[in-house]
Amino acid sequence: MLTSQPDSLGHFGPYGGRFVPEVLMAPLEEIEQAYNEARTDPAFQSELHSLLADYAGRPTPLYHARRLSESLGGARIYLKREDLLHTGAHKINNCLGQALLARRMGKRRIIAETGAGQHGVATATVCALFGFDCVVYMGEEDMRRQRLNVFRMRLLGAKVVAVSTGSRTLKDAISEAMRDWVTNISTTHYLLGSALGAHPYPLMVRDFHRVIGEEARRQILEKEDRLPGSIFACVGGGSNAIGIFHPFIADEQVQLIGVEAGGRGPAEGEHAARFSGGSPGVLHGAYSYLLQNSDGQVLLTHSVSAGLDYALVGPEHAWLNDQHRAEYVPIGDDEALQAALTLARTEGIIPALESAHAVAEALRRAPSAKDQIFVVNLSGRGDKDTDIYRERLPEIDEPETHR
Amino acid sequence: MNPKRIASYFDRLQREGRTGFIGYITAGDPSPDLTPSLVAAMVRGGVDLIELGVPFSDPIADGPVIQRGAARALSAGTTVAKVLGIAAKIREQSEVPLLLFTYLNPVLRYGLDALARDAAAHGIDGGLLTDVSVEEAGPYTAAMHNHGLDTVFLAAPTSTPRRLSLTAQYSSGFIYLVSRAGVTGERRTLSSNVEPLVHAMRERTSLPLAVGFGISTPDQVRETASLADAVVVGSAFERAIEDSLTAGADPAAALEARARALAAGLPSKKR
Ligand SMILES: Cc1ncc(COP(=O)(O)O)c(C=O)c1O
Repeated sequence: MLTSQPDSLGHFGPYGGRFVPEVLMAPLEEIEQAYNEARTDPAFQSELHSLLADYAGRPTPLYHARRLSESLGGARIYLKREDLLHTGAHKINNCLGQALLARRMGKRRIIAETGAGQHGVATATVCALFGFDCVVYMGEEDMRRQRLNVFRMRLLGAKVVAVSTGSRTLKDAISEAMRDWVTNISTTHYLLGSALGAHPYPLMVRDFHRVIGEEARRQILEKEDRLPGSIFACVGGGSNAIGIFHPFIADEQVQLIGVEAGGRGPAEGEHAARFSGGSPGVLHGAYSYLLQNSDGQVLLTHSVSAGLDYALVGPEHAWLNDQHRAEYVPIGDDEALQAALTLARTEGIIPALESAHAVAEALRRAPSAKDQIFVVNLSGRGDKDTDIYRERLPEIDEPETHR
Repeated sequence: MNPKRIASYFDRLQREGRTGFIGYITAGDPSPDLTPSLVAAMVRGGVDLIELGVPFSDPIADGPVIQRGAARALSAGTTVAKVLGIAAKIREQSEVPLLLFTYLNPVLRYGLDALARDAAAHGIDGGLLTDVSVEEAGPYTAAMHNHGLDTVFLAAPTSTPRRLSLTAQYSSGFIYLVSRAGVTGERRTLSSNVEPLVHAMRERTSLPLAVGFGISTPDQVRETASLADAVVVGSAFERAIEDSLTAGADPAAALEARARALAAGLPSKKR
């Protein structure tokens, strides 16, 4: 039976590990130790549990999308409604966990990176809740396309720092956050927002999101009395995907399908599909599949969805891929946009653009999956993407009565 | 075949009672063709060991000055292979020890063994990969040592006693002590953390100790030289390149002058 646990240095098979400057090694060891104590401390777990229930809104529903399923004539599609959580995405699960850990370590200044802004908003939210100082690094390009979230962070009292280097997206925001961290380690906790980075982050972030899969497993057994045939999740760094996948890893009959950003197509720089276009390499502390050129320089990426627009995939996904335990496929910008529209019109749910990638792959496979159960992790809601939907679906915005 | 230039360099410093002067330059900034002459200028100005930086797209340990230098070098088409060619050119004219200084990914992509083999063949004496922790260093140090190259590791004020010992164990040639927690870049004041770090490391190793990060004035050079076997200057040289490019001046002259000014802070004889 396959389980998925890293070795003591954070390796999932050959992937993961700790590739950071020496200055950061002691702080990582400190986090690892604090986390190992916290994960077995009943007081920590019960405080986290209460916050997840009463503040964030867990458990989230597992909703049977009947009209969507019927319109496709195949699989029975269920949606795991992480979009209904406080702040509008799964990100809050990890933020509450790490905020409790930061308090335990006596750190009162929190820094974070954000792509789509959902992790930034969730971080700003928990900092307001715990009374921490909060600085969020965000690429200029992402600030432009996720303006609403920039203001939400400021409203919550966070300082948002524009990053103007490189591609001015998530990758550069993480680099800048790491530079802040090396400079301010004694006071600061880096609240990394995905299952990325050096050990113990991929393990810790995964554990904080495992609740998604634990709930989904219980809920589907209650409703259907059997496990799903396939589970779909979008993969940026990979936190929502590993959260829902992990409790099902030993259930070999359950297909785990991760959906990456296919962007505008397979040409270099036009997508963020690490498994089809990348090869193993090191970025931001971990060894995993990376979009890089022949000289080992990291490539620019593109996705309509800021949260999937990143050159490295979380290391546990690299391992699940190589073990053939999970499958990773790209979905392009246009198909994701159309999937969002379909979900909106059949179920009255506007998904985040990231989540729309997972929906799109389920739409592809559902018609030929009669009698199967699909679970799609709806990692976030689409309010933050309204500007992009308007821009990219102009036909909807034109009043039909106009002649 | 295996001249051990780094060891003989520190032996010579010891014999002569001098403190070494190590200079960092991003290879290929502003263009690969210019680097050999820029290195020659630094050596004329008094630098006696060169850290030859291979530019990387995502230099998380570097401040804005070296980030911009790396970006210029990459847009000028600098590759690992070109940096090796630069090293060979420098070696044609000089016996200055050369330490390849970069991040892991370009090296991994080139191939650890291929890189070590080709680096040795092009006159490079050792390597320092900023984002390789000792825990992850096994395959890298094996490849380097196999080809007679030194492996320099960093120790920081945050390093625990256990980590200091590991750093000493994995390093050869010398050990690079980071004088403060932070990214590279010039600083107005020196950190007070460095003296305890030097003492803690001296207890663990007989390897030479170089101290750097943030050193940009002759006074800082003087102060650091009293503690260390060698002083490392990086961003101040990159700044000289950048300023001369902005001013349309000759970067070689600027580097030589900067090196000479900083070298004036070195004590003429120690002990
Ligand atoms: C709603 C939503 N889903 C998914 C992601 C991608 O991140 P991950 O792969 O870590 O779940 C993001 C990131 O910003 C997001 O906001």
